[in-house]
Amino acid sequence: MTTVTHTSATKSSTLVWAALVVFTVLSFALGGEEMITHGTLAAAVVIGIGAIKIRLVGLYFMELRSAPVVLRAAFEVYCAVLFVVLLGTYALA
Amino acid sequence: MTVDAVARPRAGQKPGHVPGEPGLWVLVFGDLLVFGVFFVMVLALRGQDPAEFVAAQQTLHVEWGVLNTIVLLTSSLFVVLGVRRAAERDPRAPRLLLAAVACGLIFAGVKAIEYTTLVQDGHRPAGDEFHAYYFMFTGVHLAHVLIGMSALLFAARLARPSFTGTHRNGALEGIATFWHLVDLLWIMLFATLYLMH
Repeated sequence: MTTVTHTSATKSSTLVWAALVVFTVLSFALGGEEMITHGTLAAAVVIGIGAIKIRLVGLYFMELRSAPVVLRAAFEVYCAVLFVVLLGTYALA
Repeated sequence: MTVDAVARPRAGQKPGHVPGEPGLWVLVFGDLLVFGVFFVMVLALRGQDPAEFVAAQQTLHVEWGVLNTIVLLTSSLFVVLGVRRAAERDPRAPRLLLAAVACGLIFAGVKAIEYTTLVQDGHRPAGDEFHAYYFMFTGVHLAHVLIGMSALLFAARLARPSFTGTHRNGALEGIATFWHLVDLLWIMLFATLYLMH
C-alpha cells in the first residue's frame, strides 16, 4: 500500500515537472519576435503561462493542494492578481 | 503531521496540513509581495519606452535564462522526492537533496557567467535602468538561492534515516517550501526580464 501511494505520488510530481518544462519551452518560443508581432495577445499568453507555472509549483510542490483552505485561497488569489496586474501594466503602462 | 490532523478536524473535509511551520508562510507571502512589486516595476519600465527596453534586453542571453529555469524546476522535483523519501526513512533521501544543491550550484554558476558577460560588454549595474533592475532583482533572487542551498545542505543531514531529532519532518518540509519559493519567484522574474518584449 505504501509502495503504491509512493509510486503514484512520484509519478504525479514527475508529470507536473514535465508540464512545467514544456510550459517553459513554450513561453520561450512565444517571447521575443512573436511578441513584437502579436503584441498584447502573446504577452497575455506568456504572463498566463508564468502564472500557471507558479500555481503548479505552489499546489503540487509546496503541497498547498492539501493545505488549509485559507492558505490555499490566499495563494490562488496571489496567482490571479499577479496575472491581472502584470497584464494590466503591460497593456496600459 | 498526526498532531495537525487531530488539531484541525473539519467536517466532511480532509484535514488541512500546513507544510512546514505556519510562521514560515508569513515570510513566503512577504517575499511573494516584494517580488510581485519587482515584476510590476520591470513591466512599468518597459511601458516607459518599449524600444529602449527591448534594446537593453537584447544584451541578455535568453538561452541561459531558459536553462536556469529548467535547472531550478528539476531541483524542485529532487526536493519533493527527497522529502517524501526522508519521511519514509529511505536511505536515498539525502542524495536527492544533494542533487538539488548541485542544481543550485549550476544555477549560480550560470548567473556568474551572465553577470561577467554583461559587465565585460559594458552593461554595469549602475548603467541604464534596465540593467540596474536586472542586477538588483536577480541579485536578490540569487541571495535566496544561496540561502536555500545552505538550508538544503542542512536538510540532507536531517534526511538521514538515522537522524532521530524531533521536528525532523516539519523542518524538512519548511526547507522544501523555501526552495520551491525560490523556484517559483524565478519563473516570473525570467518571464518579465527575459521574455516580455
